[in-house]
Amino acid sequence: MKIIVAIKQVPVRDSQLRVESDGRWIQEADLSFEINEPDAYALEEGLQLKEKHGGEVIALCLGPARAAQTIREALAKGADRAIHIEEENLGALDVLGVAKLLAGAVKAENPDLILTGLQSDDLGYGQTGVVMAELMGIASSTIIMQVEVNGPSIRVKRELEDGWFQHITMPLPAVLTIQSGGNKLRYATLMGIKKAKSKEIKRVTIDELGGAPAPTAAVEKIYVPQKSKKTQIFEGDVKVAAAALVEKLKFEVRVI
Amino acid sequence: MSVLVVMEQSGGKWNRMSWETVAAGQQLAAELGTDLNIAVAGAGVGALAAEAATKKAAKVYAVEHEALGSYTADGYTAAIEALIRATNPTLVLFPHTYQVRDFAPKLATRFSRVLISDAVAVRIEAGSPVFVRLLFQGKLNGDVRVSGGGPYFASLQAGAYRVDTLAEGSAAVETFAPSIEAAAIRQKPEASFRESARAVDLTAAEIIVSVGRGIKEKDNIHVVEELAKALGAELAASRPICDAGWLPMERQVGSSGQTVAPKVYIAVGISGAIQHLVGMKGAKTIVAINKDANAPMFEVADYGIVGDLFEVVPALVEEVKKAKA
Repeated sequence: MKIIVAIKQVPVRDSQLRVESDGRWIQEADLSFEINEPDAYALEEGLQLKEKHGGEVIALCLGPARAAQTIREALAKGADRAIHIEEENLGALDVLGVAKLLAGAVKAENPDLILTGLQSDDLGYGQTGVVMAELMGIASSTIIMQVEVNGPSIRVKRELEDGWFQHITMPLPAVLTIQSGGNKLRYATLMGIKKAKSKEIKRVTIDELGGAPAPTAAVEKIYVPQKSKKTQIFEGDVKVAAAALVEKLKFEVRVI
Repeated sequence: MSVLVVMEQSGGKWNRMSWETVAAGQQLAAELGTDLNIAVAGAGVGALAAEAATKKAAKVYAVEHEALGSYTADGYTAAIEALIRATNPTLVLFPHTYQVRDFAPKLATRFSRVLISDAVAVRIEAGSPVFVRLLFQGKLNGDVRVSGGGPYFASLQAGAYRVDTLAEGSAAVETFAPSIEAAAIRQKPEASFRESARAVDLTAAEIIVSVGRGIKEKDNIHVVEELAKALGAELAASRPICDAGWLPMERQVGSSGQTVAPKVYIAVGISGAIQHLVGMKGAKTIVAINKDANAPMFEVADYGIVGDLFEVVPALVEEVKKAKA
């Protein structure tokens, strides 16, 4: 089966973020980037399905030139080839625009299955996969923990709230957004890293996909959230801070 | 022009977040100087619609179809799309639930609009809504402006609006019967289930010590275990810890785990992504221990220590033992 895995490159998790002087995005110059963690789980699911059922895994990424590093890592883990929609100005796109470009880039591939993470760690809209499915006229399901392929259809385990789950069957082709924890993530092997160097990355521009659609939703301003609660921070020597906290727990919260 | 709130029910029971969305809808309809309408979809939702009609609103639509008995993305998208085309709302609001995440983006796409998902606030500027969203797992906020004309679509984060501001009233109930082609629904859902009976009931705990990514590896879990033991607390964790198998899933707190409200919740090395916060922000007292002073957890915490948990937690264990001696 032909599986597309849409991945996104985001700032590494512990990055210290600073707002750019125009107030519209973060300063990216000093940051390091990595694969969006839920997308790593989508890639893992794709690779395991390929190992079970044969076929091909194609990594798909919309991002600036620096995203090539994340794409290489996906290839090193076992993706067969990649499509990189190279664009520096992602801020000019909204979710619908991103999904249109992603859908446009894979249409000719006629994939059986498209996987992506359930949300991104930066914008967190949590809907790129669903919108792609709608634009391509194929079925979708979200927050998926397991995928079983049965010929022309799939049976997936979808996570619900509060520890509930549900199985859903739907026809292929389909788009699934993958939840973390369904599989254990693999590391790239040395051999994988070596092989990745000769794997194909097809670069596409937004213009080649018909141009960037005009956005109907735009981030106007980003800022550090205002604290709604007064937090008492205990500072200084660790022992002193610990003693001060325990005193609060004993005499004010009264749990000791 | 009107505001439409789409409430959520399952098996005849409300998803309680829906009432917060109604409260938001009442407020925004008043600010926009327009009517609020409410919709609830399903098979046999008349009684629920009647209950919703006791709140201040113009109309409550009982969106009825046999094919809506079990939730499916295709069925719900078709039903709510039909209602929107028939009633032309400017603003459509949902609670930000797993179900809404599954179908509302698809619905918005049918109108060439983007669902502004997981908004924490909405304000009206010059007659159009501006939505506030969390970015970077809650480290930053972003104001999102929409354009191009309605309908605008947004889902609201749990706790963004308060149920206690809900205004009572008496709305007209109307049945709306969308035409849905049952055969066109591609998802075939089975009954929902729980993995196993929960051996650990965190909801009964008075004190919870909870651990996150900051613990770095499985072999370090004993560091927080000792604090839990010293305090007589239950040990809990954020999702990544359970995903990695360092603690069992049944100890997970958050939107996909348990929702707890202990006397004290001590978050150790948990940054405080919203999926975790929704599961514990009801705690009476929250303590955050984190090396990153900008971690969102400090925003909900009553007390905090900024520092290396591998130094702070052993010091705490010692002080707790002293205090108990």
